[in-house]
Amino acid sequence: MTELEPLLSVRDLRVRFGTKRGTAHVVNGLTYDVTAGETVAIVGESGSGKSVGVTSLMGLVRQPPGRVEGEAWFEGRNLIGAPSEVLRGIRGNRMAMIFQDPMTSLNPVLTIGRQLGESVRLHQGLSKRQADDRSVELLDLVGIPAARSRLSDYPHRFSGGMRQRVMIAMGLSTNPSLLIADEPTTALDVTTQAQIVELVQGLQEQFGMAILWITHDLGVVAGLAHRVLVMYAGRIIESGTVRHVMQDPRHPYTRGLLASLPRPGVDRPDRLFAIPGLPPDPVALPPGCPFWERCSYRLDERERDVLPELREVEPGHSVRCLYDVPVEVSA
Amino acid sequence: MTATPLMEVDDLCVHFPARGGGVVKAVDGISFTVHKGETLGIVGESGCGKSTTGLALLRLIEPTSGSIRLDGIDVRGLHGKALRAVRRRVSMIFQDPYASLNPRMSIGDIIGEPLEIHGLHTGKKQRRRRVDDLLATVGLNPAFRTRYPHELSGGQRQRVGIARTLATEPDLIVADEPISALDVSVQAQVMNLLEDLQRDLGLTYIFIAHDLAAVQHISDRVAVMYLGRIVEVADRVQLYTVPKHPYTQALLSAIPVADPDVESVRRRIILSGDVPSPLNPPPGCNFAPRCPKVFDDCRSLDPPLATVADQDHRAACLLYAACRPVGST
Repeated sequence: MTELEPLLSVRDLRVRFGTKRGTAHVVNGLTYDVTAGETVAIVGESGSGKSVGVTSLMGLVRQPPGRVEGEAWFEGRNLIGAPSEVLRGIRGNRMAMIFQDPMTSLNPVLTIGRQLGESVRLHQGLSKRQADDRSVELLDLVGIPAARSRLSDYPHRFSGGMRQRVMIAMGLSTNPSLLIADEPTTALDVTTQAQIVELVQGLQEQFGMAILWITHDLGVVAGLAHRVLVMYAGRIIESGTVRHVMQDPRHPYTRGLLASLPRPGVDRPDRLFAIPGLPPDPVALPPGCPFWERCSYRLDERERDVLPELREVEPGHSVRCLYDVPVEVSA
Repeated sequence: MTATPLMEVDDLCVHFPARGGGVVKAVDGISFTVHKGETLGIVGESGCGKSTTGLALLRLIEPTSGSIRLDGIDVRGLHGKALRAVRRRVSMIFQDPYASLNPRMSIGDIIGEPLEIHGLHTGKKQRRRRVDDLLATVGLNPAFRTRYPHELSGGQRQRVGIARTLATEPDLIVADEPISALDVSVQAQVMNLLEDLQRDLGLTYIFIAHDLAAVQHISDRVAVMYLGRIVEVADRVQLYTVPKHPYTQALLSAIPVADPDVESVRRRIILSGDVPSPLNPPPGCNFAPRCPKVFDDCRSLDPPLATVADQDHRAACLLYAACRPVGST
């Protein structure tokens, strides 16, 4: 059996920033693959490096103060260190991106038709009229009613959910093979969020693009992702299928995170489980496991400075922990 | 155990004049009671009026009409000293711990300011001792007194916000989205702190949030708002297990759950469209244009909030006889 060539292959990606307080090590050796057509979720809290790890692939990290090292192969090209005109040809074309805040990622003084048309004209060389037709087609696709009449509207005339639909339309305009979504539903209300998740899933079925979905929301991940990568202090600390990670988490951090969520419709335990403390400062990362200080499973103080490797605990499920955390001690 | 009402809100309206004429009915005739020692959750999506309601309760926004009674006294008629006394008893925690703390004040001064304003714990030594006590109460080291907000994490800042709120020994705390700006693992820390404080200090909470799971966890009763109205209010278990209003049902069905098995079989009620503008609410029931169970009467009759099930479970929906006008079928 031949292994399917991954669409995106990230190898030992490192990103650091020079700051007044010293060097901030934000991404510390990320390695993962995304296969064509699959949805991979990158989960983590603020400062875990989940966003920087992905924006750096697209050449969107300014250097300096940033410094990006490693490899990221996408459709036969290494993106890291690629000249900016090569990246421009890939970005918004084969690889599209939607961001968290649809209010700030659209230009408020240009009409929706102009902004949507720009992306199809730029990458596909269509005429003004062809671009308008294509824009209407795209807006229809993402469920914007009366699409043709809305081309001349400005972004402020659209609600948050509608703006995110426009962003998705823009992302899809070039038939990308990879859609990167950075917290695309975080700024939206829960009913709107449900609409957007449903829309993206439908579009994926229709067009078969791979999705890299970055989020802190474990609930959204459960309904959307095939595989999950959990990040902490710039490293993947657990990876596996959505079932592995969410139903049989093996890293104490993943367990703590899942246990700290109140569950709707389930009667409450009196107190929520809370992970004590805070993530480490990226300017002063400990030499050993970055979760050590907060971990309730750590066994031997002598191993404080040992940095655990990512190791497979079952086929397709890996964890960066020195210990085999017993299954029944789940928080 | 009999419940003693602490705050009774009756037919509260907050209307704003809109540019170019017209009126935005941000809060449009809501009534509820908060009992001593309980937590009333208020949930709803952006623009439903939940935050405006919170601000109006402290008269940080002036209500247009209606009454707000604290221990039987209408807060709306008060001025000057009497109003300040109310604001000592009713206090607020804000959403954004990055924006609600003055970046140029030390943590000690931030927590000490309400003591200054209300003339409590006068004298340098006493005030400092009180600030240290408050820091300890919210789980911060007294050494934080001399630090500044930018040196603190989001969770620590929110603890400072809570300490400031507690400074005047309030009876009722209105918490407006107190955890939504925090990371998941820190949210649990702050919710546990709020619950501990309630138990130890006998506090009453109005917990305003869009996060239904968090509201369910912390509340005793929950009110659901939509477009300036309360559309359903019930005991939290009732509300989450047998929701009556179609909007509540849709809202609950939309909460993603961190379990792929639950997600794979879940059936979401996907609402079409967006919340209509409060400047021009539809005639009849506000929810009619998006309601999956809409029928003819909904477009002309505006249902009142009425008891539709046991344990004072109230909803405003024409599906229930109690909400229909007498004589109609």
